[in-house]
Order: sequence, then C-alpha cells, then structure tokens
Amino acid sequence: MWQIFHKLGSPKWFFGIATRLMPWLLAGGVLLMMAGIVWGLGFAPKDYLQGNSYRIIFIHVPTAFLAQSVYIMMAVAAVVTLVWRMKLADVFVKAVAPVGLVLTFLALFTGAVWGKPTWGTWWIWDARLTSMLILLFLYGGVIALDRAINDEKSAARAVAVLVLVGVVNIPIIKYSVEWWNTLHQPATFKLTEKPTMPAEMWVPLLLSVLGLYLVFGWLACLRMQTEILVREQRTRWVREHVMAGRT
Amino acid sequence: MHPIRKKRLTIVLFLVAGIAIAVGLTTYALRQNINLFYDPTQISAGEAPVDVRIRAGGMVEEGSVIRDPNSLKVEFRVTDFNASVPVEYVGILPDLFAEGQGVVAMGQLNGQGRFVADQVLAKHDENYMPPEVADALAKSAKNGQQPSKAGDAPAY
Repeated sequence: MWQIFHKLGSPKWFFGIATRLMPWLLAGGVLLMMAGIVWGLGFAPKDYLQGNSYRIIFIHVPTAFLAQSVYIMMAVAAVVTLVWRMKLADVFVKAVAPVGLVLTFLALFTGAVWGKPTWGTWWIWDARLTSMLILLFLYGGVIALDRAINDEKSAARAVAVLVLVGVVNIPIIKYSVEWWNTLHQPATFKLTEKPTMPAEMWVPLLLSVLGLYLVFGWLACLRMQTEILVREQRTRWVREHVMAGRT
Repeated sequence: MHPIRKKRLTIVLFLVAGIAIAVGLTTYALRQNINLFYDPTQISAGEAPVDVRIRAGGMVEEGSVIRDPNSLKVEFRVTDFNASVPVEYVGILPDLFAEGQGVVAMGQLNGQGRFVADQVLAKHDENYMPPEVADALAKSAKNGQQPSKAGDAPAY
C-alpha cells in the first residue's frame, strides 16, 4: 500500500496519468454541466415564491459547494506536505488555490445578484456571508504567501500551515446557518434527509455539481502539469517531453 | 510509519485541534454578536436593548399587516410562534414580503415595546416547489387537510 502512495508522489508518473485522464474529465464535466444547466435554466419548473430568479441556484450552489470542497482537498494535501514532504501535494495546493479563489468569488457574486431582488440587499454581515468572505481571503492569502517566499521548500511548509489554520473556517461556513440566526436560509440538501425541493429541481442541480467537480479535476490536472514542467525543467524526462512536443 | 513522520503527524493534529478549540471558544463567547437578529422571544423577554439599532427577525403574523392607504407606512407583527413584536416601517417592502413569510427588520425598539424599522429584508426559507404544487397544497389546506410538504418546524 505504501508503495502506491510513494509512486503517487512521483511527478513523472502523475504527468502520464493526468494526460490520459484529462480528456475524460473534460468531456464528462462539460456534458454533465451542460445537461444540468440547460435543464435547470430552461426546463425545470419555476419556484412558487421567487419565480424564475431562483434559477441562479444552478450556478450558485455548484460554485459554493466546490469552493469549500477544494479547500478541504487542499487541507488534506497540506497534511501530506507537512508529514510526508511529498512534492506533488504541494504542487496540488499551488495549482488549485487560484481556482478556489475564483469559485468563491463566483459564489459570493451570484449570491449577491440573487440577494438583491430576493432579500432586498446584495450584502449583509450575517455569519454565512461573512465566513464565505473569509474563505475568499484565505485563498488570497495562500496565493500571496506562496508568492512572497522564494525558497520552494519553505514556501511549501508555510503555505501548508496556513491552509491547515484556515480549515477551521469550513465547518463554520457549513453550520453557520444552524448555529446562529442568519439571513441566509439553511441548506436545501442534507445527507440524512430528503432535499426540500422536488426531483425536477434537484436532479439538474446535482448534475451541474458533479459536472463542475469533473471540470475542476481537469483544470487541476492541467495546472499541476504546468507546475510540474516548471519545477522539473532540469530533469531529463521533461526535456525529452518538451522536445517531443516541438518536433 | 516512520517515527519522524508519526511525530510530524502528531504535531499537525495538535495544531488543527488547538486552532479549532480557540476559534470555537471565541465564536461561542461572541455568539450574540454573530447572531444577525433578535427573535421575538428574546425581545419580549427584554434581552434586546432599547433605543439601539438592532435587527429583529421572525415570521410575519398572518392577518397582521396593516397598510396606510395614504402613505408607505406599514404595520405588522413579527412572531416566532412563542411571542410576537409589533413593527412599523415606512418604505418599499421587498417582493417576497408576505404574511407567513420570514423577515429581518433593522431599526430601534422604542420604550413601548414597538419596533420602528428603517429597513425590512425578506428571509427566504430552504423550501422550493413549483407553483402548481404550492397551489395544490393551499387547496388541500383549505379543505382542512394538513399540508405534508411545509414540515412542522417554523419555516422562517
């Protein structure tokens, strides 16, 4: 078992696997997202109270969900960086932090667009919105800290510690709507209960969430490959790979 | 596992646990500041300060909305099914404002226990349904049957 784990740490091995996986991730992701969004925006019934404006949920929920999942994945990679000093884990953190930043921004932005007509305000300092804003700053901080330290190894460790400190925010985001009085409504989806919306609404939502996961996987592979090429530029296999691409 | 890695893992776990405890205690101590609004039970129990800008939240009581025909003045009662607080507001209400819907109002509690709001926000709940289903539920509720969808908890 440990052997597979260490093999996973080899940038060259990962590069090959990623190349083979990426077309599938992209095709599956785009297909699922298209299905979910076209179904959700065009064919799902409208809400009895909000009318058509609720349809932003098909973009808001996937981005908000991914923004938090990506952070959890980064935290797992940070533990691997600190304990096993695996290069690939650090490559992952650096490659996906900007993706997480964009997803968090999109979640906040779509939420504001929806909040203005529904609540009557585009921003309020309630626990859910504020903790999500903190997540945005955490992503920004991770990127900035990485850029600020020149030495690759010390940057990796500093970033990993910051990511782990910030992971406390994730349960706060998740449970903010239950622990405190907030303007944001509680979750429509719960693991233990039936969703509080009909199937013709939650199925397209689920499709777009899964689709965005696959697209994220594709983007993560692509960005990790780029980072690996930059870092391993002095090794033989990278030179051979680049020369092969040139001819 | 290599002993050095085991040691590192222990340090990492202590780090995360320590921060979680610190943040947990801080948010617990500040819980009233993190709460966005006071609910009617807290206000009628005298927990909310008088003449200070606060928020009050709850559900608009059925049949309590009185609109002044000559101005934008609206009066209604906000309830959490335990206690209720009278609210007055002058201005335009959000689209989702209706009897039986959740609201969060910003304003001051005056000496007579009335809440004078200068902003009213609608609070949406987590339930979504198509209009036809909502109509059917309303119809069956009128016929004396209990709607099965809305649930038992107050949905504000």
